[in-house]
Amino acid sequence: MAQNTRTVPVGTPTEVTQNHTKGGVGESTLRPDGTLKVTGEFAYSSDMWHEDMLWGQILRSTVAHAEIVSIDTSEALSMDGVYAVLTHEDLPAAKNYGMEFQDTPVLAYGKVRHHGEPVALVAADHPETARRAAAKIKIEYKELPLITDEASALAPDAILVHENRDDHHSGHVPHPNIVHRQPIFRGNADEAAKKADVIVKGEYTFGMQDQAFLGPESGLAVPAEDGGVDLYVATQWLHSDLKQIAPCLGLPEEKVRMTMAGVGGAFGGREDISMQILASVLALRTGKPVKMVYNRYESFFGHVHRHPAKLYYEHGATKDGKLTHMKCKIVLDGGAYASSTASVVGNAASLSVGPYVIDDVEIEAVGLYTNNPPCGAMRGFGAVQACFAYEAQMDKLAARLDMDPVEFRQINAMEQGTIMPTGQPVDSPAPVAELLRRVKARPMPPERQWETAGEGPDVRALPGGLSNTSHGEGVVRGVGYAVGIKNVGFSEGFDDYSTAKIRMEVINGEPVATVHTAMAEVGQGGVTIHAQIARTELGVQQVTIHPADTQVGSAGSTSAGRQTYMTGGAIKNSCEIVREKVLEIGRRKFGSYHPAWATAELLLEGGKVVTDGGEALATIADVLEDQAVEVEEEWRHRPTQAFDLVTGQGNGHVQYAFAAHRAVVEVDTELGLVKVIELACAQDVGKAVNPLSVVGQIQGGTTQGLGVAVMEEIIVDPKTAKVKNPSFTDYLIPTILDTPTIPVDYLELADPNAPYGVRGIGEAPTLSSTPAVLAAIRNATGLELNKTPVRPEALTGTL
Amino acid sequence: MRVNFTVNGRRQEADDVWEGESLLYVLRERLGLPGSKNACEQGECGSCTVRLDGVPVCSCLVAAGQVEGRDVVTVEGLAEYAKQREEHGGCASGACGTSLDAAKKWEAKPGQDSQTGEGVELAPIQQAFIDAGAVQCGFCTPGLLVAADEMLERNPSPTDADIREALSGNLCRCTGYEKILDAVRLAAARQERQGEAV
Repeated sequence: MAQNTRTVPVGTPTEVTQNHTKGGVGESTLRPDGTLKVTGEFAYSSDMWHEDMLWGQILRSTVAHAEIVSIDTSEALSMDGVYAVLTHEDLPAAKNYGMEFQDTPVLAYGKVRHHGEPVALVAADHPETARRAAAKIKIEYKELPLITDEASALAPDAILVHENRDDHHSGHVPHPNIVHRQPIFRGNADEAAKKADVIVKGEYTFGMQDQAFLGPESGLAVPAEDGGVDLYVATQWLHSDLKQIAPCLGLPEEKVRMTMAGVGGAFGGREDISMQILASVLALRTGKPVKMVYNRYESFFGHVHRHPAKLYYEHGATKDGKLTHMKCKIVLDGGAYASSTASVVGNAASLSVGPYVIDDVEIEAVGLYTNNPPCGAMRGFGAVQACFAYEAQMDKLAARLDMDPVEFRQINAMEQGTIMPTGQPVDSPAPVAELLRRVKARPMPPERQWETAGEGPDVRALPGGLSNTSHGEGVVRGVGYAVGIKNVGFSEGFDDYSTAKIRMEVINGEPVATVHTAMAEVGQGGVTIHAQIARTELGVQQVTIHPADTQVGSAGSTSAGRQTYMTGGAIKNSCEIVREKVLEIGRRKFGSYHPAWATAELLLEGGKVVTDGGEALATIADVLEDQAVEVEEEWRHRPTQAFDLVTGQGNGHVQYAFAAHRAVVEVDTELGLVKVIELACAQDVGKAVNPLSVVGQIQGGTTQGLGVAVMEEIIVDPKTAKVKNPSFTDYLIPTILDTPTIPVDYLELADPNAPYGVRGIGEAPTLSSTPAVLAAIRNATGLELNKTPVRPEALTGTL
Repeated sequence: MRVNFTVNGRRQEADDVWEGESLLYVLRERLGLPGSKNACEQGECGSCTVRLDGVPVCSCLVAAGQVEGRDVVTVEGLAEYAKQREEHGGCASGACGTSLDAAKKWEAKPGQDSQTGEGVELAPIQQAFIDAGAVQCGFCTPGLLVAADEMLERNPSPTDADIREALSGNLCRCTGYEKILDAVRLAAARQERQGEAV
């Protein structure tokens, strides 16, 4: 039932003469779970099954903001096949949970604060029975006024989304409907503005994006004999879940045993709890295993989204293209519950200048409580919205100065040593100008690719595609550029660590390393690189990746581009300790046979102890014999600081990542249809631990940015705060026909602070992809386009 | 109701099926074949793609009752299906697959690792997806494999536009599709090379 232990053989068996360990850091080794995933054997959270299991179903609110007057479950309870119908009154312990703020009800009590909030729960012997029973629950609502935007949230008589706030930000925010506010002041923007020859102001709107991971929320809770529960779920952070689940079940953490089930993508959407507590409550109540699987409709309500944002920017520049100052205000809609809104605010503020040198800035970012769907983590985390706006500003400034947009950016590009608006120096490579140079230097894709020899046009290469809407009439090409900056790792003083347990022993005459971490493999390929790191550090071929669970210390979240750095770092560190122990055993056993044991620097390579000069001293098998060495250690990145709540100053970030894009688009200007022809990316990855995976991450991130540019948006009706398009019919994500060729050019400029010099790679490409596409569409059409996504009506003037 | 049909060459009998149950539900929850994935339940994402009498369909949109007496191939049977096609010189009808006799005699082959799948015989398209890095989270992979394999059967030398068209009903959120294209190109090239060798 649980995911299986995976042994990872790579390359040829170790031979006596072989010195180098194959499949180590820097090689494109293949995924250890690849075979299981292509044969359908890989057990995702929705594939869990248990004898006698029941199916859980949630009843969600049909209105966005209302008092719950009454709940009548009697008809649902009387149905055949129904084992339990629960409301908040049946909850065993804590009624609220949350990562940073415990503001989210397990099941709504008193009132509901957004459309689709869980109100009641059913367990039945068939999923359809459970759905029908849920539909029989009668809830009477008394609707309340809606908070839907900044104006309604901060109006003098505004109703409070959360009364009696008592969280770590409630003391300093100017209004209880503001989750968190982060100003940043550096230099003197008003004074610097006097030096500007041009000033550009813009107002930008970023739509609500969904992570749209393909594997909906799901899992299995199995009640245990000790009164606890065994939980198999897909999540980004087991230990964070555990900390939230246990109090709601009234159980000590050791009685909630969590095992990672297969994860069908995440992108931030699995950072928060979804069905974990609810399935556990049903399992404990019924004494039976309970499986819950959201369908796509429910998934749109089952996780937080990317914050929609309003961004107000002012930039100035001199005639020769030097930026003088920047002022901005970023308003992020956090929706009904805080989730990670406060951290997103910190990110948006601290990264709002972009990868540019501007010494005089005034920044304000706020996150609102509203009755819109809750928003939280998604790939890019606050930096995405800012990048969309400041890159539009860069193009406007370049146009006003009659300068090339790439050259203008290069003049102002930050580099190693630049001081961030927070006062933090950028102390590792920041090749912003070089990344732009690289994407610009690429040859352009050929024009009019739809033309074929002698035959009619290949409409598949045209905007509108197989809809056959154009044979090239009215089609105009445009080119656009963008570059962005993203932080890596958890910031603002968070104690961010990971844990790795490494065991080394000899099995059948071969040294074998076992890597046990709680890292969430969500598709990014962490399991691949864990084996690579163990091979490099311990000189073994055989590495077993133990399933991720809570029997080992926390790995932290699979987010913020941090896992290769953090859990990779933890594995490297634990392996180094294991290596020292192995060498110590070797010295005791064989030290007297060869002086190098005492004098040389010793490594483990190719299954042997070797000197740094390459001389083999003994096999690991002979050193260890039947002894096993095991180490479990926590590992931390360098500490960070909170941002000052008044000035925004502080060394808040761990590391920065940079990517640049060039987009080439073709627009059918008559119908407003866009085809992206090529979306080239250049990115500094620090060190490509697995080049194949690196390129895959960059292409995937780029495509999510493309989606936001031209099609993706959760549409919330401003009159009702209800979600209008919770399906893949109405919320579109890019298909293979919408996605262009994505050539990737990566640099490897090592970060001296990071293990192997790595730089988090997953998020940066999601930033610059969107504004590059927007810039290209503006270039093709001459339109201003200040909102994502660009829909046809925005291009044809029929809005 | 009871539904009798063939899955991956093997006769199957599903009992107590509700009228509203989809083929996907019956495969996953009644026949122990969870390889086909449920990601949208409305025919938009292609994760549940199987072949029904040779034709790729979204199994979430096929009512279980509709498959009475028909042949279904899922990702779990893809390797065997491809092998049979190879041995019998192509199988445009979709009627090949494991024979009932062969299925009854089936047993795990020695040398297979039940935990990692190492040593399992794969269809060329499955191997190509692994080799090209076309698998990340893997949730879309089963549907893509069935669709891509069917396309290569019809069109052994596809252009990029052909590949994009054939796979346009299969959503992937992780890869940006580039490596999926690589995988299909790789499988086509290997197929061609093998054809030349014969």
